[in-house]
Amino acid sequence: MWHIIQSSTPQLLAAGFKYTIPIAIISFIIGLVIALITALVRLSSKKGFFYILKAIFRFYVWLFRSTPLLVQLFIVYFGLPYLKIQGIFPNGIQLNPVIAGIITFSLNTGAYCSETIRASILSIPEGQWEAAYSIGMTKTVVLRRIILPQAIRISLPPLANSFISLVKDTSLAASITIVEMFEVSQQIAAQNYQPLVMYSLVAVYYAIFCTVLTWLQGYLEKVTSRYVTTSAE
Amino acid sequence: MLKIENLTKTFGNHQALDHISTTFPENKTTVIVGPSGSGKSTLLRSLNFLEKPESGHYHFDDLDIDLSKPVSSSTILNIRRQTEMVFQGYNLFPHLSVIKNVMEGPIYVLHKDRATAKKEAAELLAKVGLAEKADVYPAQLSGGQAQRVAIARSLAMHPEYIFLDEPTSALDPELELEVLKVLLQIAKEKQSMIIVTHNLAFAKQVADKIIFVEDGKILFDGSEPDFFGTDNQRILDFISAMTFSDLEE
Ligand SMILES: Nc1ncnc2c1ncn2[C@@H]1O[C@H](COP(=O)(O)OP(=O)(O)O)[C@@H](O)[C@H]1O
Ligand SMILES: [Mg+2]
Repeated sequence: MWHIIQSSTPQLLAAGFKYTIPIAIISFIIGLVIALITALVRLSSKKGFFYILKAIFRFYVWLFRSTPLLVQLFIVYFGLPYLKIQGIFPNGIQLNPVIAGIITFSLNTGAYCSETIRASILSIPEGQWEAAYSIGMTKTVVLRRIILPQAIRISLPPLANSFISLVKDTSLAASITIVEMFEVSQQIAAQNYQPLVMYSLVAVYYAIFCTVLTWLQGYLEKVTSRYVTTSAE
Repeated sequence: MLKIENLTKTFGNHQALDHISTTFPENKTTVIVGPSGSGKSTLLRSLNFLEKPESGHYHFDDLDIDLSKPVSSSTILNIRRQTEMVFQGYNLFPHLSVIKNVMEGPIYVLHKDRATAKKEAAELLAKVGLAEKADVYPAQLSGGQAQRVAIARSLAMHPEYIFLDEPTSALDPELELEVLKVLLQIAKEKQSMIIVTHNLAFAKQVADKIIFVEDGKILFDGSEPDFFGTDNQRILDFISAMTFSDLEE
């Protein structure tokens, strides 16, 4: 068994560093940007055009939270090639599997994270807005200087949760032909007839990635929470 | 000079302010007193548009605003830059150190450079007796210290008016005293202030003008000696309730 572990580890880790980790990180960063925009639009009190925009973003969040991620991946990778629109996409939308994966993972995690960010902004006491407005700040400055820095601290644990979920969910990318870590473990298992060992081994590597992320989360929480200490003087 | 005419504000079917008209003289301290729920906070918050009254007129220097019409956000920003609010619950920014709380407005609203803002903030903290607390976070302050930082934060904007809504109601008497001393000092320096307070001993010392509000209406509007020398029974009852003078009978 030791021999199997030793011989397959380089292939697994190579796939992990080539696909699993980059896809997770890139998708999460894009997802956070989408999430922040979505949260801010949905919290905006503007009327008119924003009303339509808010409805669109609400629909987006609903859609991605109420359908399975695997189905979303299939639609984007296998389905979009059949979306043939005269003049714009006469041959449908054919995406490279990694691009399709990143798009889907970003939109999916963006939908979940937008709810996290929205809730954390709403949890900041009204008095913070009022104090900042009294100083004469515009809404944008209040958000940037006063509300978001506090909201980020609050949303850190749930956002880290989303990231850790995303790392594990990248294993679904195997189903759209991406040769990421889980796909490699399947291929090796098919050759050496050791599925128990191979799938346990890949589970261990996912666990190690996620544990490192948990440490990173702990560190970030400590850094961003310095001001909460109520230590006596 | 700040002046309001027929200011009216309704929450649901409750008329919190009922045609309030008065002036708040410059370089003077106006104290607002009255029972709980009488509309004192609503009045103060209307003055910097944290509440939007539905009718009345608002005069501030050469601004003349008809409150029954929408007020542009640039007008509101302009007024808020010249008026500061000090809250009962301090509302310091918990993620910023004490000195950065004071520097925030000068840098991000008045666009002063960081060095100037820092120098002024340090001077203001010294003025409120908190020079040594510059680098701690608000969570490490006592209530009295936090409120003095909030006062320094408002002074840093060089406002025409400072509005204070029960600034010491959350404080123990000992801590209250340290805040009141600072306010008396600022009043002596001719900072225009409007203070809502239940502390009539303090009102007597600091007020140039007193307004008594009840049920959203002004029952008294005059000088400090006239208020304490009134023969209006309702006000006499209020004063004796607030100063516990009935307890001795
Ligand atoms: N945001 C609000 N929504 C509904 N009612 C309010 C609101 N703010 C104040 N009120 C009501 O308006 C009245 C005056 O309140 P307030 O100005 O806070 O009184 P005071 O500061 O004198 O105690 C009270 O009856 C209060 O319940
Ligand atoms: Mg009040």
